[in-house]
Amino acid sequence: MSKRIVVDPVTRIEGHLRVEAEIENGRITEAYSSGTMVRLLEEILRGRDPRDAWAFVGRVCGVCTSVHSLTSVRCVEDALGINIPPNAEWVRNIMFCTQYLHDHVVHFYHLHAMDWVDVVNALKADPKKTSELAQSISPWPKSSPGYFSDLQKRIGKFVESGQLGIFANGYWGHPAYKLPAEVNLIGLAHYLEALEWQKEIVKVHAIFGGKNPHPNYLVGGMACSISVDDVSGINAERLAHVKQLLDQAKVFVEQVYIPDLMAIASFYKDWGSIGGGLGNFMVYGDLGENGYKDEKSYKFPSGVILDKDISKVHEVDLRKDDEIQEFISHSWYEYKDGDKVGLHPWKGESKVKYSGPKPPFDYLDTTQKYSYLKTPRWNGHAMEVGPLARVLVGYARGRQDYQEVVNKTLKDLDIPVTALFSTLGRTAARGLETILVGQWAMEFYDKLINSIKSGDTRMADTSKFDPSTWPSKAVGVGHSEAPRGALAHWINIDDGKIANYQLVVPTTWNASPRDGNGKLSAYEAALIDTPVADINQPVEILRTIHSFDPCLACAVHLYDENGKHINRISILGD
Amino acid sequence: MPTPIKEAPTYYDEVRRKGYSRREFMQFCTMLAAYMGLSQAGIAQIAKAMQQKTRLPVIWLHFQECTCCSESFIRSSHPMVADILLDQISLDYTETLMAASGFQAEEAMKNTMTKYKGEYILCVEGSVPTDADGVYCMIGGKTSLQILEEAAEGAKAIIAWGSCASNGCVQAAKPNPTSATPIHKLVHGKPVIKVPGCPPIGEVMAGVIVHVVTFGKIPELDGMGRPKAFYSKRVHDTCYRRPYYDAGLYVESFDDENAKKGYCLYKVGCKGPSTYNACGVTKWNNGTSFPIQSGHGCFGCSEANFWDNGRIYERASAFPGFGIESTADTVGKIALGVTAGAIGAHAIMTNIRKHKMITDLEKEGRKSEQDLENT
Repeated sequence: MSKRIVVDPVTRIEGHLRVEAEIENGRITEAYSSGTMVRLLEEILRGRDPRDAWAFVGRVCGVCTSVHSLTSVRCVEDALGINIPPNAEWVRNIMFCTQYLHDHVVHFYHLHAMDWVDVVNALKADPKKTSELAQSISPWPKSSPGYFSDLQKRIGKFVESGQLGIFANGYWGHPAYKLPAEVNLIGLAHYLEALEWQKEIVKVHAIFGGKNPHPNYLVGGMACSISVDDVSGINAERLAHVKQLLDQAKVFVEQVYIPDLMAIASFYKDWGSIGGGLGNFMVYGDLGENGYKDEKSYKFPSGVILDKDISKVHEVDLRKDDEIQEFISHSWYEYKDGDKVGLHPWKGESKVKYSGPKPPFDYLDTTQKYSYLKTPRWNGHAMEVGPLARVLVGYARGRQDYQEVVNKTLKDLDIPVTALFSTLGRTAARGLETILVGQWAMEFYDKLINSIKSGDTRMADTSKFDPSTWPSKAVGVGHSEAPRGALAHWINIDDGKIANYQLVVPTTWNASPRDGNGKLSAYEAALIDTPVADINQPVEILRTIHSFDPCLACAVHLYDENGKHINRISILGD
Repeated sequence: MPTPIKEAPTYYDEVRRKGYSRREFMQFCTMLAAYMGLSQAGIAQIAKAMQQKTRLPVIWLHFQECTCCSESFIRSSHPMVADILLDQISLDYTETLMAASGFQAEEAMKNTMTKYKGEYILCVEGSVPTDADGVYCMIGGKTSLQILEEAAEGAKAIIAWGSCASNGCVQAAKPNPTSATPIHKLVHGKPVIKVPGCPPIGEVMAGVIVHVVTFGKIPELDGMGRPKAFYSKRVHDTCYRRPYYDAGLYVESFDDENAKKGYCLYKVGCKGPSTYNACGVTKWNNGTSFPIQSGHGCFGCSEANFWDNGRIYERASAFPGFGIESTADTVGKIALGVTAGAIGAHAIMTNIRKHKMITDLEKEGRKSEQDLENT
C-alpha cells in the first residue's frame, strides 16, 4: 500500500520548493517536484534599457549572485556585437571562480551537511580522538584537542539552553545518520569555520564589483578601471588583496572542504547507488582560456551525455530553433497554440494561469498542472545540469585535469566509476570541480597581471554603449556555467529597448515537472526508488534533493507575449 | 518612538509559572543530565543554563525574494554571524539555514509563536504578492499572505529586510504583475523596522539585530521607518569622490581617463545624490569597497521604487546645494523630481564654491606668510 508524503518547505535551499512522493514498502515509487513562487521578472524587463538588464536579472538570485548578471551582459554584448577587452574577461572569470568557491563550500556545509552530519551526536565525541582523526586527514591547523573540546562545550551550553535555534527539530538520531561522533564534531566545527570564511572570499567581488551580494557588471567590460597609479583604481594593493583571498580559498578548499567530503563520503558509500536519476547530462561550457568567445578554450567544455554513455559527447547549439525548447504540460501557464507545443526561448511566450488547489491545501493534483516551473527539453530529452554533468563531460572529453581528480577520488573511496551516477556522485563532483576552480582562479589572476604588465589597461569597450550606435533590431544569447549548472539568457532588442527577455536556468532543467509524455525531469527521476526508513523523517529525500543544490527563485520566471497585466486567474475569478 | 522589548522568560520562570517547585525543576535537570550522559557536575550547569536569560527568539520568513538578504546577513564581520546565532538570538525559523524541513519546520515556527507570544522578533525577507488571492507565493500549502498574518500577530516587532520587504523591489517594478507588496502595507499595529537595500549591508543587518539585543529596544527610526543610524545620510554626502563633484570633475564614459583618476560618476548615472544609505561610511564586506569605489555609480538600491526612478546610466537630475543636514524626511524624492538645468545650476554652485575656496586659500596663504615673517 502506498502512502503520499509532502515535504514543504524543503529548507536549506534558495527559494520555495515542494516535494510530494508516493512511498511503498519503504521506497519512493512516484515523486513530484513543484516550484511554488513566481515573480514574473521577464514581464518587468520588457521595454527597459538592455544595458540595465544585468541589474534586474541579477536579482533573480542572491545565492548564485553574479551569474545572472554575467550571463546578461554576455547576452546583450552578443546581440550588439560588442567585444570586451581581455582584462575584463580575466576579471569576470576571477569573479566567476570566486562565486564557485563561495557557493560550493556554503552549499556543502550550510545547506547539505546536516543531511549527513548529526549535530547533536557531536556532543558525544571524544575531543582527543577527534583531534587525532582531524590531523590524520588534513594539515589544517585548527585541530587540537583543546579546540574541539572548547567547541563542544560551547555547543553543549547552546543545546542545554533549550533554545536550539536553526538546529531545532532536525532529524537527529535518525538511523540513516552513520558518522562516528568524532566525524560529526569535525563537521560541526567546520560548519562554523566555513561560515566565518565565506564572508572573506566574496571580498573579491567587492573589489571588482563594489559589493557582494549583487556585485556590479557593465555591458562592454567592467566598471573597475585599472589605474596602478591611483588609489581609486585597480592597483597593486587591490590586486594583492585579491591574490591573498584566492590563496586562502585554495587552502580552505584543499585542507577543509575536500578532506571532510572524503571522510564523510567514506561512511555513505551506499549512496553511490542511490539517486542516479536520468543519466542524461548537459553542459553549455564556460571559462575560456582565450576568452568567452573561444569555446574551444573552455575550462568547462560543453556537451551532452545521453543514457550514461560517456563514450560519446554530443554538441549543444543554443541558437537552433528546435534544440532547446520549453514545455508547459504540467506548468501553471498557457501557450497560444496549446499545451502540447514546445517553444525556443527566442520565441518564448506564456501566460500564467494558476489552476492548482485553492490554498490552504494538503496535496497538489499532480495529474494536472502542478508547478510554476516550465519544463525545458534538449531535442526532447530531459537533462541533468550541474557539477556532475560538468565533471562527466570533462572526463568523457578526455581532459587530463578532470581525469586526475576523478580517478584519484574513485581510488581513495574504492568505488567504481558507475558510482558517479548517484546522490554521492553529485555531491562529490561538486567538491572535485571546486579543486579545479581553485587552481584556475590563480591562472586567470596571472593572466590579468601579465596583461597589465604588458601595458594593456583597458577594462571596457564603450564604443557601442550609446544606443544611437545600435541596429534597430537585434537578437542575442549569452550563456554560462552557473554553480548549479547550464544557464542561458536570450534577448530580442527593438529600437533600443528589450522586446523579449528569456532565461532558462539550471534549476528549471533539474526541478521541472514531468513533460507531456510523462517523462520525468532530474529531481523526480533521482527520487524514484530512494529508500525512506521513516516517512515522518524523510532525510533520504533531502539528501538527494540537496545533492542538486536547488535554487528555485532562479527557476521560476515568465513572459507574457501580449504585454498585458497577467494577474487574472480564471479559476479563482477576479 | 523606540519601543522597549520586554525580556522573554527563562525556562525556569516558565516552569515556576506553571506551578512546578524548585525541587521538581532540579529533578528535571538531573534527568536531563543523565539523558545527555553528563556527570553530577553537569546538573548544576544545566540548572544554571535553564535560569539564564533566553536568547531573543527570531522567526525569519522568506517570501518573494532572491535570498540576497540572508546571504548579506551571513557576510557580517562584526559581529560574526556564528556568534549571533549561538550567543545572541535564537533563530527558530529560517528556510535558508534551518535543519528541519516540512512539517517539522512549520512546527518549530509554531512552537516559538506560542511559547514566546508577544516576545519574538519577526524578520521578513521578500514581498508578498496579493494578487489572485496570494497564489503566487505558497509555502506548506498556504499563501505568504496567510503566513505573514499568522506570524505577525504575536510578534513584538517586525524587521522588513531589504528593499523587497521595505518597498517591493524588483518584482514590484512596473507593471508589478503579481502585486508584490511591502510588509508595512500589510501589517498594522506593530512597529516595522525597514532596512532597505538590495541587499542591505551585512554589518547594518547585524547592527539592527544587535541593537535590539543589546539595548532591549528597537533603534530610533526616521519618518520612513528606517534606522537613523544607517539611513540618515546620503551616499553623496559621505562619498570620498564628493570633492570631484564639487570641483565639476566627472567621468564622461566608463573606463575613460577620468575614470582612471577616480573622478565623480554623476554623469554616468550615479544616484548617490538621492540615495540614503551607509555605503560611503560602513562600506561593503567589512569595509572592502562600495560600488562607487569600484568604478560603478550607485543606482540607489535602498530607495523606494528605485527600479523605476530612471535608467541606471541616465544622469540623475540633481538638486545641488542641499547639504548633509537634509534628511530623507525633508527632501524625500525631490532630488529626482527636478530635471532641466540641474547640471547648469550645479556648475554655477560649483563656481561659487570654487571661488570661495580659492578666496579662502588665498587668505590662508597670506596668513601663513605673515606668520612666517613674524617668526
